[in-house]
Amino acid sequence: MNILLMFSWPFMQRALVAGVLVSLCAALLGVPLVLKRYSMIGDGLSHVSFGALAIAVALGVTPLYFSIPVVILAAFLLLRVADHPRWNSDAAVAVMSASALAIGILVISRTTGMTTDVDSYMFGSVLAMSKADVGLSVLLCAAVLALFALNYHRLFAVTFDESFSRATGLKADRYNTLLAVLTALTIVLGMRMMGAMLISSLVIFPALTAMRLFRSFRGVILSAAVTSVACFCVGLTASFTLSTPVGASVVCVDLAVFLAACLFSALRR
Amino acid sequence: MKANELIVCRDVSLGYEGRSVLAHLDLTIQAGDYLCIVGDNGSGKSTLLRGLLGLLTPQSGSIQRAPELEKGAVGYLPQQTQAQRDFPATVYEVVLSGCLNQGSFRFFYTAAQKSQALMNMGKLGVLELKDKSYRDLSGGQQQRVLLARALCAASRLLILDEPITGLDPAAAQDLYKTLAYLHEKEGMAVVMVTHDLKAALRGARRVLHIGRDGFFLGTAADYLASPQGRRFREADL
Repeated sequence: MNILLMFSWPFMQRALVAGVLVSLCAALLGVPLVLKRYSMIGDGLSHVSFGALAIAVALGVTPLYFSIPVVILAAFLLLRVADHPRWNSDAAVAVMSASALAIGILVISRTTGMTTDVDSYMFGSVLAMSKADVGLSVLLCAAVLALFALNYHRLFAVTFDESFSRATGLKADRYNTLLAVLTALTIVLGMRMMGAMLISSLVIFPALTAMRLFRSFRGVILSAAVTSVACFCVGLTASFTLSTPVGASVVCVDLAVFLAACLFSALRR
Repeated sequence: MKANELIVCRDVSLGYEGRSVLAHLDLTIQAGDYLCIVGDNGSGKSTLLRGLLGLLTPQSGSIQRAPELEKGAVGYLPQQTQAQRDFPATVYEVVLSGCLNQGSFRFFYTAAQKSQALMNMGKLGVLELKDKSYRDLSGGQQQRVLLARALCAASRLLILDEPITGLDPAAAQDLYKTLAYLHEKEGMAVVMVTHDLKAALRGARRVLHIGRDGFFLGTAADYLASPQGRRFREADL
């Protein structure tokens, strides 16, 4: 009874719609990202989006309009770094994350002060999504899903073997960029609710769980999508009934499912 | 360019950022060729391969490639990456991805592409592994799967980059046999960079040795008689 009642609140409806869409996109993009060893890029982007959000609030701009271009730019930069043979990409991503975080915190402390705002940016808030935010989320998530579906086979080829794809005339850079831009969009959209510190787990956990359970690429993609959406719904419900922060609840559900999948695959062997 | 020529290099110099790794090379690869590229580490074998694949523009000279190669019909077998070894994908998914270079922008594989993939899997004896996961295969089986994928992409030329790295001797033998079969029965031209001279020289029609002091290009027998090849004859054969 309680569970059905919770969706009579408009803010919960908004959280559900936006959250399900973002979880779905994050899971789909997460599989190629994890397989390409780009997991850290998701994490780096979430820190950059925190910095961008802080600056947007300080300037009085609508956060999404400001964050999206900044994070997409950062995604380009991180890809360049990750593929550059002479740069230490781990270190570059770590430096970028810490710098963006530091800048964000400085800006906040000079403007609104270190109040509950900071807490909600870092760890998310179920109240964060306005009606306009949800509208934009639906639009962008639809775009992410469509682009992913249309380029599915090519994304697979580039993820599995970039050298072969290049040699046979596929523009591998184009698909890497597509992946990074779509990830950037997803992270910006999900960050308000999930929190900057926690959003990257939405990208990584479902992919890891699915890879434990399935053998085919398609199986992994589909089960990651299902796992991610299901974990979000359970996490949101738990957060409502137990009055816990939504981001942390969802991540804990993801963790539990991942551990269960590990156990299952160990027993199967 | 003649019809039976696949790649023609004329006075080619290749390198990165202004420094050349390889200078003034003349090389023609014809249909049905079997060429082994050997040489010390860092002598520019991989750089040459990148040039032949069209991924690196020469600093001087010209590399002409047959029109089909320009369209992406290259049967390339790259070195395996660490990420690939635990990749969750079925053998069928991997082999099918070789068909992506065929023609226009499609969302699905056509029936013809699917049957081509199945046929090539049969040719390389991996058909019964169709629904197995790539990460559960042995090194030798993985190479066969990648060869099947290469056959989907190309009908005339295979380019292999150190294909036996990480294979046990039996699997390596097996791979050479497969290559000989594809070369003789299917008429595939084979270009292979390798460290394994002994086995390579047995199969190769021609050898290109890239050394610090120049090139040697000739038949396997000539190579063993040449100053560059002589030390291998004494050491290995």
